[in-house]
Amino acid sequence: MKCLNKVFKRLSPLNQRRLFAFWQNKRAAYSLIIFLIVFLLTLLAEFLANDKPLLVRYKGSFYYPLFQTYTDKDFGGDFPTAADYKDAFLQQNINENGWMVMPLIPFSFNTVDYELEEPAPAAPDAKHWLGTDDEGRDILARILYGLRLSIFFAFTLTFFSSVIGIFAGAVQGYFGGKIDIFFQRFMEIWESLPQLFILIIVASIFVPGFWSLLIILLFFSWMNLTGVVRAEFLRTRNFEFVMAAKALGVSDFRIIYKHILPNAVTAALSFLPFILSEAIVALTALDFLGLGLPHDYPSLGDLVRQGKDNLQAPWIGITIFIVLSSLLSLLIFIGEGVRDAFDSRKNA
Amino acid sequence: MDLLEVKDLTVGFNQNGEKFLAAENISFTLKKGEILGIVGESGSGKSVTALSILGLLPYPKAFHSPQSSIKFHGEELINNSRLPKLRGSKISFIFQEPLSSLNPLHKIGRQIAEMIMQHQNLSKEAAQKETLNLLKLTGIPNARQKMDAYPHQLSGGQRQRVMIAMAIANKPEILIADEPTTALDVTIQAQVVDLLINLQKKMGMAIIFISHDLQLVKKIADKIIVMKNGKLIESGTTGNIFSSPENNYTKELISSFNPLKNVKKENNEIVLEVKNLSVKFPTSFNFWGKPKTFFTAVNKVSFSLNRGQTLGIVGESGSGKSTLALAVSRLIPYEGKIFLKGKEIKYNNKNKELRRKVQIVFQDPFNSLNPRMSAAEIIGEGLLVHFPDLTEKERLEKIMKVLKEVGLSNETVNKYPHEFSGGQRQRIAIARALIVEPEILILDEPTSALDVTIQIQILKLLQQIQKERNIAYVFISHNMQAIKSLSDTIAVMKDGHFIEKAPADEVFEHPKEKYTRELIKASL
Repeated sequence: MKCLNKVFKRLSPLNQRRLFAFWQNKRAAYSLIIFLIVFLLTLLAEFLANDKPLLVRYKGSFYYPLFQTYTDKDFGGDFPTAADYKDAFLQQNINENGWMVMPLIPFSFNTVDYELEEPAPAAPDAKHWLGTDDEGRDILARILYGLRLSIFFAFTLTFFSSVIGIFAGAVQGYFGGKIDIFFQRFMEIWESLPQLFILIIVASIFVPGFWSLLIILLFFSWMNLTGVVRAEFLRTRNFEFVMAAKALGVSDFRIIYKHILPNAVTAALSFLPFILSEAIVALTALDFLGLGLPHDYPSLGDLVRQGKDNLQAPWIGITIFIVLSSLLSLLIFIGEGVRDAFDSRKNA
Repeated sequence: MDLLEVKDLTVGFNQNGEKFLAAENISFTLKKGEILGIVGESGSGKSVTALSILGLLPYPKAFHSPQSSIKFHGEELINNSRLPKLRGSKISFIFQEPLSSLNPLHKIGRQIAEMIMQHQNLSKEAAQKETLNLLKLTGIPNARQKMDAYPHQLSGGQRQRVMIAMAIANKPEILIADEPTTALDVTIQAQVVDLLINLQKKMGMAIIFISHDLQLVKKIADKIIVMKNGKLIESGTTGNIFSSPENNYTKELISSFNPLKNVKKENNEIVLEVKNLSVKFPTSFNFWGKPKTFFTAVNKVSFSLNRGQTLGIVGESGSGKSTLALAVSRLIPYEGKIFLKGKEIKYNNKNKELRRKVQIVFQDPFNSLNPRMSAAEIIGEGLLVHFPDLTEKERLEKIMKVLKEVGLSNETVNKYPHEFSGGQRQRIAIARALIVEPEILILDEPTSALDVTIQIQILKLLQQIQKERNIAYVFISHNMQAIKSLSDTIAVMKDGHFIEKAPADEVFEHPKEKYTRELIKASL
């Protein structure tokens, strides 16, 4: 806490006031805390939900299956293949010669539970807290991994589209004139391209992975920030301190980088949570349509689709609905808080 | 009984849980038909005092101390539910900025008539007739046509006349005018003050005239109270205050009207010569984006400037003087020729050395410093461009030296702009220009955003710098007093032209143009 206080003191008073204003918005502050906790948990997904034990004690020595792959032979089996800790024979072997600690949820996102007592999708019970999907995989595990993937995807997409968008907006706003007009028209045409059809075409040509999907979405999402940054630049470049810098002979690059950008970016910053949630929705929608990530990724959109296909198993649909809507609400609440914090009229 | 009796008025504000007092223990009285002037600099609490009379503060964020009392005809006004009825009928208010006080979507005739019908039981026709009378009373030309005009179609002075018409529509007993002339040009200011005096005589109402301009208040007020930092520091009749001020601050305010002595210096080396300089802004374009028509902001202006001397350019807003400043600093495209020490320089010349020689100081010290850079970064930036070989230490030494020259202490180096007052910010802006050792300094209204006492300090500083560094100034202002204190030559600018240009004394003693005479008269 003391260390945090020190960091806080070093911020400019303007930022201190913003941080304070954000904290004043209790809903946003709690949303941020909850979001961070959830994100932290998903980062630890391997330790929470896995079909490998966290720790094995076998014949007097320790084994760490999470970090190292062991073969069947290591635990007294016959085959030099990777150990299957779900196998009854192996379990018995280990338990006779030591012990093993399984994670809280003994299934990974792609573990198929072959010992289901009812046909998949199975209803929630003590073993599968949220039930299984139609391939017999644990829903809770899939959600943990899926959340991480979605959030990670959204962050990466937001980062890259912000970098490109801010750069494009900066160039447009600072130089103005012909460059600006040409770029604006280009963006109008670009924006009117049917994004979904292009994705369908691309998806039919090659199977999209994490990065290729990111790049395709990036083609369109960078325009989110360009308008705001451009407007801020158009405004700021006429400020007298920019004029004074020009009169001093300061180079264009330095003026953009040192004088205008820090003043313009704050406006863009308040958009970030909204862009984040947009990116999550985009990825989920594509997965739902089957145009997104391949089958072996733990995706939230895939669960939505399963929920739709298996109306007789309402736990799938209800779960994914609650997860998605709370995630998006959290992000929107955080976004509102950030927006209020940057609103100079509110905390003048 | 006094018409208005304010006693121990304290106004405070709650801000993020903290309380701060904007005005403390203010007491004054106002008799029927009296004009009271409240004088003070920005932040002195004069406006909040006036606003509390009508209960126009943002309650409950604003609060009064329990012993505060404002009595109108003996009736307590604080927390009085009858206040909305008094507003605009018995006590009315004129604000500083007439444009934002008028509804842009309604014709002004309707806005005034509405004001009348709100408080008097008149038919629409009668109200309109009354409106016309009021507008005529305020001396607005073509009053009948103006009733159908929208606010944006009127000039600043005309808008203020409309505001005055609205304020006197219900024959108030008290008229509160909060800086009614500050947003207007000097010549218009004088007209508005004359109008207020005339109306007061005709209608016999009392006026509370709030201004930072002691000179203006002197013209109109019977008695004056002087405020500083929320406290009343002196009050008395206008005569007494001016003949025998007691408080030091009041003395300072009064003495700031005696113009600084302008030390003459002779020098024949021409550093800057401007020939037929014009600046045009396109107003319409053809289909292909080529500009068709232009607005000429600066029209064929020529002048020359000797080393260490000052050319004062005086003119009202819209006269093109700031545009001229930007063009001479080569920050906007222009037509015509600029010679620096006899050598012609072109607009798009990228030579750093030429940039260094001409520097500019802007009007608004709040806008002209990057809020995200410390004083040292702001001042030192020019060094990075023009003296890139300096080491970190040498650079800091130079920054310290120039800080001392502009009268700031060493500790200020690491502070950010918002931690400085307006005057200090302007000193930083001057330091930023000086550190690259320019030969010509263009000062675009460097004092007009500052309080009167600070203005004098900055002008003194500029005089001193000129004496020591032998820099030539182009000094732009609408304030004749400021121009007089610094200039060797004065050019009067109107509608983009220099209508008169002569040595300073001659302009003041034998002005040729009628407009110049008006300007001088308005400033005295």
